[in-house]
Amino acid sequence: MPKDGGIGASSKRREDVRFLTGRGRYTDDINLNNQTYAWFLRSEVAHGTINAIDTSAAEAMDGVVKVFTARDFEGVGGVPCGWQVTDRFGNPMKEPKHPVLAEGKVRHVGDPIAVVVAESEAQARDAAEAIAVDITELPAVMDMKAALADGATKVHDDLDDNLCYDWGFVEENREAVDAAIAEAAHVTTLELTNNRLVANPMEPRVAVGDFNPGTEDYTLYTTSQNPHVIRLLMGAFVLGIPEHKLRVIAPDVGGGFGSKIYHYAEEAFVTFASAQVRRPVKWTSTRSEAFISDAHGRDHVTKIELAMDADHNFTALRCDTYANMGAYLSTFAPSIPTWLHGTLLAGNYRTPLIYTNVKAVFTTTTPVDAYRGAGRPEATFQLERVIDKAARELGVDPAELRRKNFIKPEEFPYQTPVAVVYDTGNYHATLDKGLEMAGVDTFEARCAESAANGKLRGLGIAHFIEACGIAPSNLVGQLGARAGLYESATVRVNATGSISVMTGSHSHGQGHETAFPQVVAEMLGIDEGMVEVVHGDTANTPMGMGTYGSRSIAVGGSAMVRATEKIINKAKKIAAHLLEASEADIELADGQFSVAGTDKSVAWGDVTLAAYVPHNYPLEDIEPGLEETAFYDPSNFTYPSGAYICEVEVDPDTGKVEVLGFTAADDFGNVINPMIVEGQVHGGVAQGIGQALLENCAYDENGQLLSGSYMDYTMPRADDLPMFEVDHSCITPCTHNPLGVKGCGEAGAIGSPPAVVNAVIDALHRGGHTHVTHIDMPLTPSRVWAAINGQ
Amino acid sequence: MHNFEFVKPGTVAEAAAALTGEEAQALGGGQTLLPTMKQRLAAPETLVSLNGIAEMKGVCSNDAGEICVGGGTPHAVVSRETASSYPALSKLAGMIGDPAVRNRGTIGGSLANNDPAACYPAGVLGSGATIVTNTREIAADDYFQGMFTTALEEGEILTEVRFPVPEKADWQKFLQPASRFSLVGVFVAKFADGVRVAVTGASEDGVFRWSEAEAALSADFSAGAIAGLSVPADGMISDLHGTGAYRASLVKTLTSRAVSGA
Repeated sequence: MPKDGGIGASSKRREDVRFLTGRGRYTDDINLNNQTYAWFLRSEVAHGTINAIDTSAAEAMDGVVKVFTARDFEGVGGVPCGWQVTDRFGNPMKEPKHPVLAEGKVRHVGDPIAVVVAESEAQARDAAEAIAVDITELPAVMDMKAALADGATKVHDDLDDNLCYDWGFVEENREAVDAAIAEAAHVTTLELTNNRLVANPMEPRVAVGDFNPGTEDYTLYTTSQNPHVIRLLMGAFVLGIPEHKLRVIAPDVGGGFGSKIYHYAEEAFVTFASAQVRRPVKWTSTRSEAFISDAHGRDHVTKIELAMDADHNFTALRCDTYANMGAYLSTFAPSIPTWLHGTLLAGNYRTPLIYTNVKAVFTTTTPVDAYRGAGRPEATFQLERVIDKAARELGVDPAELRRKNFIKPEEFPYQTPVAVVYDTGNYHATLDKGLEMAGVDTFEARCAESAANGKLRGLGIAHFIEACGIAPSNLVGQLGARAGLYESATVRVNATGSISVMTGSHSHGQGHETAFPQVVAEMLGIDEGMVEVVHGDTANTPMGMGTYGSRSIAVGGSAMVRATEKIINKAKKIAAHLLEASEADIELADGQFSVAGTDKSVAWGDVTLAAYVPHNYPLEDIEPGLEETAFYDPSNFTYPSGAYICEVEVDPDTGKVEVLGFTAADDFGNVINPMIVEGQVHGGVAQGIGQALLENCAYDENGQLLSGSYMDYTMPRADDLPMFEVDHSCITPCTHNPLGVKGCGEAGAIGSPPAVVNAVIDALHRGGHTHVTHIDMPLTPSRVWAAINGQ
Repeated sequence: MHNFEFVKPGTVAEAAAALTGEEAQALGGGQTLLPTMKQRLAAPETLVSLNGIAEMKGVCSNDAGEICVGGGTPHAVVSRETASSYPALSKLAGMIGDPAVRNRGTIGGSLANNDPAACYPAGVLGSGATIVTNTREIAADDYFQGMFTTALEEGEILTEVRFPVPEKADWQKFLQPASRFSLVGVFVAKFADGVRVAVTGASEDGVFRWSEAEAALSADFSAGAIAGLSVPADGMISDLHGTGAYRASLVKTLTSRAVSGA
């Protein structure tokens, strides 16, 4: 019987009622009295020197309150980077200034040059068109390898070149890896591109700055995944506003996928400008602006080599990656191709020696940062593609080659050669489960059916590991993070027994308002409807780090458990007093405190009332009230894993790929709400199939974005996707957090791209097109046709 | 979007008069013009809506047996009304955009704009239809004059399209995955006096007739008849979604499928 509440129940997402009936309150729904509107004038060229900006005509136009340029930001800090990577020679990365508004140069299409603040958005936009900007265009810097060549045009004139860092990991293994590859019985090499993506959350970014001249307090309403992080970065590094004078509110947020983690220039602008004009300032991104100003994702160019002995045991792995940073360093950009990528290269395998070199490169493109999975999809893609290629070269079953090299269930905890220690996992179990669900034993018959229709059917397998539940603060501090990565929760029990949970996690589609109460209700034995989650406002939630990296239930949920444990401890003291019993004898079950071995009990509500009406209360021992806060800092990452199996049909005449089946057999550890988990996997897989087949953020050689709207950027649609087969019954609970959970938000986007590409390559080989060893994503009809036809 | 005047005349004559004004622009279903205006890439001073003109709406047939579609008829209506009388045309209209587009966008708007990837130009050219305006009749072969270019004069209003009904026909559309316009679309129609093959989405010169295929298919209306033909990649559109060589290949593949499907 499925549970009807608490941990493990598929409770319906209570927040969906307001989202689906138009009653959500998003940032753009916030309109303040006497509000003004900002319109950003953005660079139309990728690279250029700003000779002059003439704002005089704009300033004279109807409704214009003030026109801002970089001159207004003298003395104001740049947009900071939150992670400092140290290169393989021990030097810090290059960290060029990222001004709020362009200073002297523009460095990508969309770089903001000036802003008009006016009485209406239309007036602001009209005036922005009247600003005359004299720019001398410079050559665009687009190709990463060319950008590192001697004499290449520099994106940042004050740097020696376009190299942000040259990172090696594990640097001590470098020579041993080279030697192992030289000695190997077989080496499989693959060169590939991990395509640049645009996150495209349904809600574009919005920011409203509100300076209160009376109190000199600032409030920023913003579409953020982590309001406390924005308060810290913007307050401390850009505008110099102390935390107690700055409140950041991220209300309902319509999706983020990573792109709303970062502190953006527009947030700093509206906050700063509201003090300048002494009125609220609102900016709402258009979809066109989102394409050129939201941080992009991925964009790696990689060569990977997998060495094996004569028995097909993996002996070494080497990869060289060029990672595009774009024009400036976005908040977490430097960490993505390094610590969130290099540490995942062991995958599910016992490869003893691993070395990766990453060169991060500045180009005249929109900054690149984390996008659903962030580094881990890139690691998984190259690894699972090269293993598939190796299996084909060796003539062995790709599932068998994986099984042979899997870390065995009895080997956990497992120390990988790339720093991380996997606590638990059972990769054989998930792979077996996935293959069974996908009906692999009857695949050949389906293959024959396709062939009879002139189509090529293929089956692709990928197995992934991810490190999430980010992250142990002491560890990430050593790796260059400029923030801790704990999470917080305050559990406030009200007098009548209802509960408000104030969390530093932030829900922007994940279903926290449903799943978090399930945990608290389970612990207390009360109805989950009595528990409400409060999030997204720095004024009424404890300092927390927000939601990304599949961390909310693993880290935020654990903080909530710790706070609830404190509540239970105190409530037991109160109950013992009310029951005139020893605290040690008090048991809590089904919302009743009882004395062990007796029929004496007191209800949850009586205890909570006593806490706030302490007439009969142990005031000499404990304080009135029932409210506890906990901060939880994990001791390790969590390591979800899973087998993803994709079945495709290729039309060899047109190159069109149709995904006919997709199976995801995941180990997420314990699951709080299976329905929400399933939804997370569906969304992740849809994005992964999008990356594999459809989505491509493409620039031309002049730095113009070719896919700057939905006319050219292909978002996955329902009819691009099959029905998904999803399972998470293979459970090896996490050993180091109290819920035994691992996190599920990014898995789908991590595991699916290689499964899809492996399936297409399989289909082509079955159709006799054995010369095709790889096609770069997205596998559009045009690219697949070209590969088949050797073009 | 910049400010503009909006007029909605009730007759073709009134619309023609309104279009003589300075910077006046006819508005059909607005599926191209309105997004362009929102992006501030077009800023007409007066929009003359053709949506209030009853004489430009609907589908009927004439004494010559032609299907007559009013210029202001939305795609959804064309698709519905021609389902039994001209199934290939119905199929074409029913595959344009999504339901919202098909209920707003009009045949006249599509043909006046002549987007190189639009569907209707292939159906009209492939059918050898006649374009009727407020001043004259124009044969399809004379009407399409390259990307976004037609025989329409300034202020001339496309009031009707007359389709002769072929013995057999089919429409094959290969989607540009993002916009879902035709990456390539081929309309094949077999008439008593020959076969017409019209191709959209592929050429830098807009919709065109593939005359070699027409000759081969007029002699032998089977997919095998064009097996030995190929379309040169020169002059084909090359972009993010496909090279000229790819589009050229699709022309042949889709023509073959249209012949089989007719």
